[in-house]
Amino acid sequence: MNKMCYGNPPPGVKLENLRGALMVIEGADSSGRSTQIAELSDWLEQKGYAVARSGLTRSVLVGPDLDKAKEGNVLSPRTMSLFYATDFYDQLENSIIPALRAGYIVLADRYIFTLIARDSIRGGNPAWLDSLYSQAVVPDAVFFLMTSTRNLMERTLSTHYRLDYWESGMDLGLSRDWYESFILYQRRLRTEYKKLQRRYAFEMINANRSVSAIQKELRARVDMVLERIYRPV
Amino acid sequence: METIPGKLIAVEGLDGSGKSTQIHLLHQWLRGLGCKVFFSEWNSSEMVKGATRKGKKKQLLTPTTFSLIHATDFADRYERQILPMLKGGYIVLCDRYMFTAFARDGVRGCDPAWLRELYGFVRQPDITYYFRLPLETALGRILEGRPQLKFFEAGMDIGLSPDIFESFRLFQGKVKEQYDRLADDYGFTIVDATLPIPGQQAVVRRIFQERIDVARFRQRVQQ
Repeated sequence: MNKMCYGNPPPGVKLENLRGALMVIEGADSSGRSTQIAELSDWLEQKGYAVARSGLTRSVLVGPDLDKAKEGNVLSPRTMSLFYATDFYDQLENSIIPALRAGYIVLADRYIFTLIARDSIRGGNPAWLDSLYSQAVVPDAVFFLMTSTRNLMERTLSTHYRLDYWESGMDLGLSRDWYESFILYQRRLRTEYKKLQRRYAFEMINANRSVSAIQKELRARVDMVLERIYRPV
Repeated sequence: METIPGKLIAVEGLDGSGKSTQIHLLHQWLRGLGCKVFFSEWNSSEMVKGATRKGKKKQLLTPTTFSLIHATDFADRYERQILPMLKGGYIVLCDRYMFTAFARDGVRGCDPAWLRELYGFVRQPDITYYFRLPLETALGRILEGRPQLKFFEAGMDIGLSPDIFESFRLFQGKVKEQYDRLADDYGFTIVDATLPIPGQQAVVRRIFQERIDVARFRQRVQQ
């Protein structure tokens, strides 16, 4: 089955040439995404599949500038949206699509869904956001690591010993208290993700469990995707 | 969209159409009349320059990212300057506006509907002057000095021709087709850009006065 985009593909991209598998792991920071992706990646390579990884703000084109912009907190929400979209499409066209063309499994550490959720909370127009990201390739699976806000808070504090400005939604002025703002912000994000879940058919994974239990479930689900795409191997 | 006290004026046209000269003269006239007026240029920020430099060197920019970088830059300028100035009752003069993106990115193969939605947050100008002239005249004005053409300016990224001058010709021809179509869709005010400069400016000022009550924009307080 051919890959699809949500709308028209980017100029010059031939979807029928994309033979690999695109799997997205979504979830809040500290929900354990990167640990799970690292383990999945090793497991897949040991099985003989080539794996490429992608994530947000890693583009060569604007990644470093974007990180700098986040430090300064001087750009308007729309400018930030467009900056993130530029970063996303740079990676889509210059790393994800070439990897899919070469038959790789692409494990994406977050995708357009995080970007859409963050922007919606900040007053982004849903139709505008949909159109902005309409050239994205539809993933073969989206796994959402669902963690309770309480667990997120505990993991964040025990790993970093501090709260992150953006992950606490401090720019929204929900509360002057970072701890409280974090909780309010993560709650709003959850509501947004639930809306997206219905529209984009996420597979929800209960991430309030041990790393190995989550990994086991992910592998079973990934196997089903591989069956569909790489059969017969 | 809500009504706001300012007025938004844009000029569009091919490279070599003389639009920058004309908007400069319009700016001078309005200043002379003591109007609240603000001038803004397309694509002037460091961010765009940095990203296009990097993109060109590493051959990274695709039509989509090229378009998005310009939209990012424009959004910043629009929300930080253009819109507040309009709300503050200024006449805002824009040397190129979103139609430049529609024309150039359209030639690069971006989906027109996607482009229009991308710039969906932007106000339509009160007047868009389109300085129209035959392609050969525009090319002649630019190319007679054998200038240093820039890679993207000449459309080298879409592979029309390996020769930068030939690529520029072909690219400008396609941009003109886009502009002519946009002129209908968006009701551009067409100015014959082959006329002598003062003649064009007289037309520009007459149309301006017909559509906009200049007296309303006079500064009340002498600066």
